[in-house]
Amino acid sequence: MADALLGEDRTTEVMTVNIGPHHPATHGVLRLVVDLEGEVVREVRPVIGYVHTGIEKSCEDKSYWKVIPFVERMDYVSYFFQMEAFCGAVERLVELEIPERAKYLRVIFLELNRIHSHLVWLGTTALDLGAISMLWYCFRERDRILDLFEMATGQRMHTRYFQVGGVIEDIPLGFEAKLREFIRDMPGRVEQYQALLDRNEVFLQRTKGTGIVSRERLLELGVTGPLLRAAGEPWDLRKAFDYLVYPEFDFKVPVGTVGDNYDRYRVRVAEMVESVRIVEQALDGLPEGPHIADDRKYVLPPRSELSTSMESLIHHFKLVTEGYRVGPGEIYYAIESPRGELGCFVVADGSAKPARVHFRDPSFVNLQAFREMSLDGYIADMIASLGMLDPILGGVDR
Amino acid sequence: MPDAPGLELIRGEIEAAYPGAVVDSGFAQERAVLSIDPAHLLDVLRWLRGRPGHEYKFLSSLHAADYLPAEPRFAVHYELLNRDRVERIRVKALLADPGEGALPELDSCVELFPTAEFQEREAFDFFGIVFRGHPDLTRILLPEDYVGWPQRRDFPVGGEPVTFTYNERNYG
Repeated sequence: MADALLGEDRTTEVMTVNIGPHHPATHGVLRLVVDLEGEVVREVRPVIGYVHTGIEKSCEDKSYWKVIPFVERMDYVSYFFQMEAFCGAVERLVELEIPERAKYLRVIFLELNRIHSHLVWLGTTALDLGAISMLWYCFRERDRILDLFEMATGQRMHTRYFQVGGVIEDIPLGFEAKLREFIRDMPGRVEQYQALLDRNEVFLQRTKGTGIVSRERLLELGVTGPLLRAAGEPWDLRKAFDYLVYPEFDFKVPVGTVGDNYDRYRVRVAEMVESVRIVEQALDGLPEGPHIADDRKYVLPPRSELSTSMESLIHHFKLVTEGYRVGPGEIYYAIESPRGELGCFVVADGSAKPARVHFRDPSFVNLQAFREMSLDGYIADMIASLGMLDPILGGVDR
Repeated sequence: MPDAPGLELIRGEIEAAYPGAVVDSGFAQERAVLSIDPAHLLDVLRWLRGRPGHEYKFLSSLHAADYLPAEPRFAVHYELLNRDRVERIRVKALLADPGEGALPELDSCVELFPTAEFQEREAFDFFGIVFRGHPDLTRILLPEDYVGWPQRRDFPVGGEPVTFTYNERNYG
């Protein structure tokens, strides 16, 4: 298409241009080496690894409960998902059942995190495409989610809220009212975003018909998440696999039709509304009961017991100093993160430290589709495609 | 995932087609696992991918692991998924350490599963496992001139010296 538009004046000299690693449009520390013929991308090679910090290696040197804050810092926008992938994997290794209330609380925070992640994506990607006000609107709502996180967990980011066995604390008084207020407002806010972008001529021209990769090819490349759904494949691990309490909720899986950048935008925006619905249902159905499993071999005893019970003190001491041991085994546990299939692979060797922790990060795998999204299109469309791909480089490089 | 008889059927059929390919099979943490001889890796993957009635066409993930001091030392895990039946099966290729200086080798499955390209490069980068036939087997996350395979179990944590140039200059 671009060839025809370029007409007779097209230059045939191929020029190699370096973009990044430090560039706002690369959404992190990503370097792109692009071969350009005029303004048309003929080849693009993503160069990654600039924020590799060896987290997986570090995890091997930490007891299981100390690994949680490490894995949160991989994909730093969807930290609850990283925690769930790791904690869920360890719970399955030790066959620890978590209480119903903990499952509901996890779903609430996971879905709030999904909205938060999509808001960061929408704000920054719209900014790439020239819609600067979107950033402020999206970050306004994101801040309310961070306020909720802070209220329940004490931290705005990297909360370390999920524990092996449940969640560390129950939600505080007043959290529910604040969350309900958010649930009430959010669908209207999403409508505002759509009103700004859905029929915005500049936005439409930049996104319609760009970055298309066929559904079959996406599947071959292992792409999952909103990118795959935008191409018309209704594949969502929340529906396909039975984890936490997702089968109990009524929600839809938004899909696109052609799989261009516009569909990717529409799918993610629709997902935000569905996530709000899940949060509301989880809040309505939130059962009473303990928020963490009552298994002293894996879960810290309540603080109040430490001054009266010798047994609790011993368990507390053992858990904090050595940590719990996990019998030999291997597990792969995958969940649906905002970017696709987030899998955690843990090898336990019987000691108190994991022998191997590996994350199947969706950004890392999805990035392989970037070349085919951008080839033979304009360099400006490549930037739009990169934004719509939504890679988080902390997760790519780990 | 296939149930226990289903897994044994798969094992039996593969063994009939490729004698000696399957070393072990079993369930580990509710996941069907086929441990295989690396010489037959592509045969087994192709069979599982294309055989009518099985068709594990989606490679979710590929992980390498180092089981030092066990023998064989390395393993590469392939998490296969059939999206229609929502079944997962793990293929585990056991790799012996060839000893001083030499790197363990395995066939690349990029032809069958293009998604493995980055993930095989990652396994090469951190474990020094060579994937024969990979289109571009170079380091992916570490610098190109890096020496060593840092996620092997005998590579110490903190084994990478960090030079603080400011301190060196002023107090060194």
